Amino acid sequence: MLDKPTSTEVLRLQNIHKSFGGVVAIEDFSLELKAGEIVALVGDNGAGKSTLIKIISGVYTPTSGSISFDGKEASFRDATEAREAGIEVVYQDLALADEQSVYMNMFLGREKTKGPLGMLDRKAMRDETAQLVKELDVRIPSANATIRNLSGGQRQGVAIARATHWATKLVLLDEPTAALGVAETAKVEEIVASLKERNLAVLIISHSLDQVFRLSDRICVLRRGQQIGVRETANTDKNEIVSMITGV
Amino acid sequence: MQQLLELSRRINLSQYVVYIGFLLIFLFFAITLGDDGFLTQRNLTNIILQTAPTTIMAIGLVFVLAAGEIDLSFGSIVAVAALSSAVILGEYPLFYGVLAGLGVGIAIGFFNGVLVAYLRLPSFLVTLATMGLFAGIARSMTNLRSVPVINESFVGFFGSGSLFGVPSLLLWTLGAVAVGHFVFRETKLGAHVLATGDNPRAAQVSGIKVPRVRLMVMMICGGLAGLAGLLYAGRLQAARYTLGESDLMTVIAAVIIGGTALNGGKGTIIGALVGSLMMGMLNNGLILMGLSVSDQMIVRGVIILIAVAISLRDVNR
Repeated sequence: MLDKPTSTEVLRLQNIHKSFGGVVAIEDFSLELKAGEIVALVGDNGAGKSTLIKIISGVYTPTSGSISFDGKEASFRDATEAREAGIEVVYQDLALADEQSVYMNMFLGREKTKGPLGMLDRKAMRDETAQLVKELDVRIPSANATIRNLSGGQRQGVAIARATHWATKLVLLDEPTAALGVAETAKVEEIVASLKERNLAVLIISHSLDQVFRLSDRICVLRRGQQIGVRETANTDKNEIVSMITGV
Repeated sequence: MQQLLELSRRINLSQYVVYIGFLLIFLFFAITLGDDGFLTQRNLTNIILQTAPTTIMAIGLVFVLAAGEIDLSFGSIVAVAALSSAVILGEYPLFYGVLAGLGVGIAIGFFNGVLVAYLRLPSFLVTLATMGLFAGIARSMTNLRSVPVINESFVGFFGSGSLFGVPSLLLWTLGAVAVGHFVFRETKLGAHVLATGDNPRAAQVSGIKVPRVRLMVMMICGGLAGLAGLLYAGRLQAARYTLGESDLMTVIAAVIIGGTALNGGKGTIIGALVGSLMMGMLNNGLILMGLSVSDQMIVRGVIILIAVAISLRDVNR
């Protein structure tokens, strides 16, 4: 195989610029992401990381610049269009419905139905969920469990499993371990790392440099909306990244 | 032992309050009023038939509460719908009368829904206002007069009639519960209602059209309140502005005790049915006990308070 699938470009951002009124949030940002690659987005608070995620996922439209997704020019009008194209987001504050079951969350907004009356196909949803959490090794009591009864790590596991299930191309993770303990963080990192094998492109925002160095292939640094640079994780060290983040 | 404790914690007590309460109240009245006609088939059937309108309102309210909203105006909708239907039936055939009642209910629900879903006004305030607004309209519609319903097929269909020996009010109750339960439990709409009430942002980012869900639940509640109005008009063979006026507390209590969460994300139609029957049985028993109207109100208030407290206790844990 000459043309390995891991080399295909999934996302290309070119000269992205975003301002809110007179305030510039993102200035001239360019980045490309390949399938099976994990890129970390780092920077201080207010550097524009979350804005960038929202631009990619269709929540915001860039003021100028172009986005191409899967080889095609993309201009998502809302998050639904981005999702339909194969982009999934895992939010920092978990977008899960606490009183519902794991499987209903997995299929939230995309429930499977059967028959002429459009009955929910609970069995199919349960089975698929059980299969997926097993594959990703998310340890939950069962697909029937209510989200409220799960730990923080298990919840984030479910959120990532859901994103993985629906993302055909790209998963965006906005500080997926910010609220988790040590053991739970390790588990979630394991799951994130396994997304590579599924040939998904992953863009992860993290405040933990240790985590960034453990997980990523490349690191992209933002400071006050400006792109400071992109480094291969293998060819850089924490000192360089820290000085890029802080500017000293 | 440990496992047993774990199990009891996992099984949500609030879901069963209504069944236990129903049984306790039934046993209490069966023992104390056994000789006073409580246990006769006629009386028990009566309880079920009398609760038909409240059960149907309760089904609508389950949808609204599960979606994280509230409707205080359904009592006024009952009156306006019943009056509209009765007035139309005075001149036009059955079909138009039914259409008027249901149409008015759905239209008021739509009005509430647009304000709640698209203007994002709090449903509590919107429906508090429309409750007064439509109560006023009900009063002015016929200058406080009650309107007799003389259409016999209407009375048979929504009131005293029966099919194969089964009273029509019972059929309406069973039909509404069956359809309500199906839609709530087994369809996408039901799932979206729960998700919207549980975590609107999560529902939104998952592609659920949250405003549309909110509009839908207000319309469902309005439509069912309209149906309840038809049942009142059919049973009493007349419509009056007071119809539905005193049902607000009864219906909300029935739904909450039934196991539906006041703050959304959780609901049950069957629980609401049993809750409504429980409230009806309570009314019936207290009357048979010979309590004065004021004493009935006091006892009912206390019992609702206890039941609601138990229902909500482990939610606030």
